[in-house]
Amino acid sequence: MKMMNCKDATRLMSERYERTLSLRELLSLKVHTAMCKGCSNYGQHLDVLRLAAKRLREGGEG
Amino acid sequence: MSNASAQAGAPPWDDASIAAIRRDMLRFARMQLRDGGAAEDMVQEALMAAMTSAKSFAGRSAFKTWMFAILRNKIVDHIRASSREICGSDLVGSSEMDAGLEAFDVLFKRGGHWNPDDRPSTWSDPEAAFEQDAFWAVFDICMNNLPEHIARVYTMRELLELDTAEICAELGITSNNCFVILHRARLGLRECLENRWFQGESR
Repeated sequence: MKMMNCKDATRLMSERYERTLSLRELLSLKVHTAMCKGCSNYGQHLDVLRLAAKRLREGGEG
Repeated sequence: MSNASAQAGAPPWDDASIAAIRRDMLRFARMQLRDGGAAEDMVQEALMAAMTSAKSFAGRSAFKTWMFAILRNKIVDHIRASSREICGSDLVGSSEMDAGLEAFDVLFKRGGHWNPDDRPSTWSDPEAAFEQDAFWAVFDICMNNLPEHIARVYTMRELLELDTAEICAELGITSNNCFVILHRARLGLRECLENRWFQGESR
């Protein structure tokens, strides 16, 4: 398996909300985000998007 | 009046309460139905269904949650009905799909690493942003900036909480397509929020 790049990492970070990642995918993602601040931030931002959607579902900002 | 009876009360159907909740419901509905008329109809129906119910609530937030659950169900019914009318392949046409894919490739360099300008920065205190009306106005803009078919799948997943299998079935797309569309939605929404809201914080 080739070294994961940011494009692959962002895709997996999205897909982990949709399906169970394989152990191999999880580990290579972990190695990548440990080295890559941009992707590590990206992962946190996806959690923020989740929280924002939850706010909207529950009757929003008010 | 005791505290308990004040809290487990009838829904607040005064004009100000209806106007406030209608505004928030409309925002929720419009994110999912770009047809503003359909969104207004859904909200209207949900409000009327709620007003004819004699349910009582332990507080304002329980009431709001219930109202949004009614609205959610109306929107899900509407999407199901309309996706049977329109063939799924029209909603997510393959040429449209490809256009959506290419638009986000510019975020990355040839080797698949972030362009320096697009590399995600650190967002400080996003939860504080949630408390500001201006943030939600930006969020609206960013949702509207997504191509319609991408926004539709994303809102079905995140706002209506349908699972991927159900979305695929409703829209007649493969689960892999669904994953790709959701990924594009997240890339686009994140990029837009960073540029329009969080930019200027430390990188």
